[in-house]
Amino acid sequence: MDPTTFTPVSSLIGGALIGVAAVLMMATTGRVAGVSGIVSRLLPPYQDGEAPSRTAFVAGLLLAPMLYTVGSGSAIAHTVSSNLPLLALAGLLVGAGAVLGSGCSSGHGVCGIARRSPRSIASTLMFMATAFLTVFVMRHLVGA
Amino acid sequence: MRALASLIAGVVFGLGLVISGLANPAKVLNFLDVAGTWDPSLAFVMAAAVAITWLGYRLVLAQPKPAYDTTFHLPAPTAIDRRLVAGAAMFGVGWGLAGYCPGPAITALALFNPSTLVFVAAMLLGMWLGPMVAAKVPRLTAAG
Repeated sequence: MDPTTFTPVSSLIGGALIGVAAVLMMATTGRVAGVSGIVSRLLPPYQDGEAPSRTAFVAGLLLAPMLYTVGSGSAIAHTVSSNLPLLALAGLLVGAGAVLGSGCSSGHGVCGIARRSPRSIASTLMFMATAFLTVFVMRHLVGA
Repeated sequence: MRALASLIAGVVFGLGLVISGLANPAKVLNFLDVAGTWDPSLAFVMAAAVAITWLGYRLVLAQPKPAYDTTFHLPAPTAIDRRLVAGAAMFGVGWGLAGYCPGPAITALALFNPSTLVFVAAMLLGMWLGPMVAAKVPRLTAAG
């Protein structure tokens, strides 16, 4: 596979911004910034009156790349597989896994670990382990 | 105000994903490929995000309530059950196949790549189907 450039500084800055966003969510709406929780609760049935703020959060995510491109004047590096069946399978697993496991990289990996939640630590260790294993199998055993 | 705060949090979160490189599946997959073209950048994203969130939560959760709600809504469950572990395992496999987790996938929709659209559509389907399928698997729904 093609190497990507090691970017410690911009990754630290970007990570810090993710943290700022999570803190802002807690300070204003009193909720964790878990993207899978926010997105999955936008699917029916609606259980509470949070749909407007969840929609606004998702709109913010979608606006960010445009704001970045306009603000920085540089394109966003983005390379994704063109194997659509593989992506569909991956999407199903990510969606179902996040809902069953009550969270994803943001809800468990960032907000939950910051709260030192044992569930989030267990979840993060588990999904990291299967993700590393999956990439090893796909790249070094299957050779895809 | 709640929606505006959520919109701003979404924008900051999305900018963090773009600037950190987490919105680029190639970078995620290289982070997960320790035995190959390893790019450790994402460890810096995670470290910065968790550090800022941990610090910010300490300040925010010391307040009696968030700015625009009557109480904090922290995830209540504490048990590490089969459902959590199985969900996280599935999530990690999907993440390792595509290099996308929910936040980056939603954010990258704005880059108009058909692969991202397929992933997100499948992810939403998985979020919708996941709980229904799990309800038919007693081993998953049983506590403990």
